[in-house]
Amino acid sequence: MHRRFSGDNIFKTAAMILAASAAFILLITGYTLFTGALPVFQRFGSYFFTGTQWNPVAGREIFGVLPYLLGTLVTSGIALLIGVPISLGIAIFLVEMAPKTLKVPISYLVELLAAVPSVIYGLWGLFVLRFWVVDYIEKPLSAYLGWLPLFSGTPFGLDVLTAGIILAIMIIPTVSSVSREVIQAVPNSIREAAYSIGATKWEVIRRWVLSYGRSGLFGAVILGLGRAVGETMAVTMVIGNAIGPSAVPTSLFQPSQTMSSLIANGFLEATPASLEFPAYMGVGFTLLLLGLVINVIAHVMVTRVLKIKGGAVE
Amino acid sequence: MNNYSFRKLKSRFFLLLSLICVIIAVIPLLSILIEVVARGASQINFQFLFSENGIGPAIQGTLILIGITVLIGMPLGIMSGVYLAEYGNNRYASWMRTFNDLLTEFPSIVIGITVSVIVVINIIGSYSAIAGAVALSFMLIPIVARTTEESLKLVPSSVREASMALGVHRWKTIVRVVLPTARSGLITGALLAVARIAGETAPLIMTIVGSRYFFQSFSYRMDALPIRIWRDAIQPSASVQAEGWGAALVLILIVLSLNIGVRLASRGRLRR
Repeated sequence: MHRRFSGDNIFKTAAMILAASAAFILLITGYTLFTGALPVFQRFGSYFFTGTQWNPVAGREIFGVLPYLLGTLVTSGIALLIGVPISLGIAIFLVEMAPKTLKVPISYLVELLAAVPSVIYGLWGLFVLRFWVVDYIEKPLSAYLGWLPLFSGTPFGLDVLTAGIILAIMIIPTVSSVSREVIQAVPNSIREAAYSIGATKWEVIRRWVLSYGRSGLFGAVILGLGRAVGETMAVTMVIGNAIGPSAVPTSLFQPSQTMSSLIANGFLEATPASLEFPAYMGVGFTLLLLGLVINVIAHVMVTRVLKIKGGAVE
Repeated sequence: MNNYSFRKLKSRFFLLLSLICVIIAVIPLLSILIEVVARGASQINFQFLFSENGIGPAIQGTLILIGITVLIGMPLGIMSGVYLAEYGNNRYASWMRTFNDLLTEFPSIVIGITVSVIVVINIIGSYSAIAGAVALSFMLIPIVARTTEESLKLVPSSVREASMALGVHRWKTIVRVVLPTARSGLITGALLAVARIAGETAPLIMTIVGSRYFFQSFSYRMDALPIRIWRDAIQPSASVQAEGWGAALVLILIVLSLNIGVRLASRGRLRR
């Protein structure tokens, strides 16, 4: 009965090997970037991660990734500050408030936000959102609070704030749909118990529902962070693309650069023989590590609460 | 009582706030759709869509990319999904599932530079359509693997048992019975995955690069809609920017019609 080369065995083995595609791609990505970046890691050592200079001119090469790492973290942080409360609001509205007839169309509209290609967000950001941000946010802030270092500089629109806002819009579908699942998974008995001791609807949500689902909600936030960190095109088009020490984000109204936008802008111009090329590979490797750490945390946090997989809700 | 009515009021206030959140989220979507139609529609004509003076090469490039990507990525993704759904009750499979999820959320530009180094520099030696398709298929595989796994799991085990009770081998059961039963779910997943990669830009920058000419060969640079939009948008000339909006309208029509079409079709199926 147990023939070694039966159709069943061949099929199962083939499927088993192909099931490792994703693992293989991750492995090959990590390996390629690390070996590719090795020349700059060896030449600059820890300066690569702590330095702020970026000079590809032959003979005077120096590469530090810190400004872009900070740019990535700051823009993603702004995205979370703006995007998470809005996403939670949407999730609460959809689970606890919305009449049945509105639930489907609204969650559908929010999901469509995820379907819009990021380059179109970039185009819209560059020609529409940028001017909203300048006129309605930056000019008033600069007029009244311009003495704060956070709001120093001329409102121009191609800066850290616009990049953060566009990222906030882009993470809303992810964060809101995962939080919706988390809130939905809170057992009704919790709500009923809270109502029975006289809590109002908002108190039930705030004190019981949100705190019951907090680790899942945290996972949703981290998942949004992962999306913001990896996002390239929309940010590249609105962040102003500064290089070197001036790209360190110190003010919201200042052009900066993220790791992904740096690669998108510069990678093509670097010749493979130069030291600039491995420098971009090093930036890519740093981004890969950051992305992996964030997504592993999100994966652990979300799957622990729900039986859904990281980012399952698209 | 006074305290209670205050709490009631507070509750109302916050629930109203959650409605406002929904409105805030929908504004960008509407604005994007309105702007793309308003600024892009005037561009659209036969010349614009089908010639090298317009975005003909970009539309052609996107279609070619989708074609090759599907050819490379779909078989791998479906087989991964088959393993995870049909044989996936072990530690190996749960690890593979995790890697699959990690790849889904992976920064796409990182995949772009990897493929650029491997395919563009080491294998083909020039920017090429193939490299772009390989990069996109790296993104397609995990999405298809997951949707395949999910739709296969929806097939009742009685279907498998019935087939195997007739003496059909397990692999033949999967290929001839389970996969056809899950057909509509597979097609839905495939179309949504295509919609998602069709607008992907970052991994294309360093693989196909962009061009203003129609497709020349598989080992030469090529154009695609997202690349064209990006290149047009950052040009100072207003007429070039207008071309970018026209290209954006075409791209968003492709992506949204795939999305909306698939959902409408699958909703109709559920009702029946």
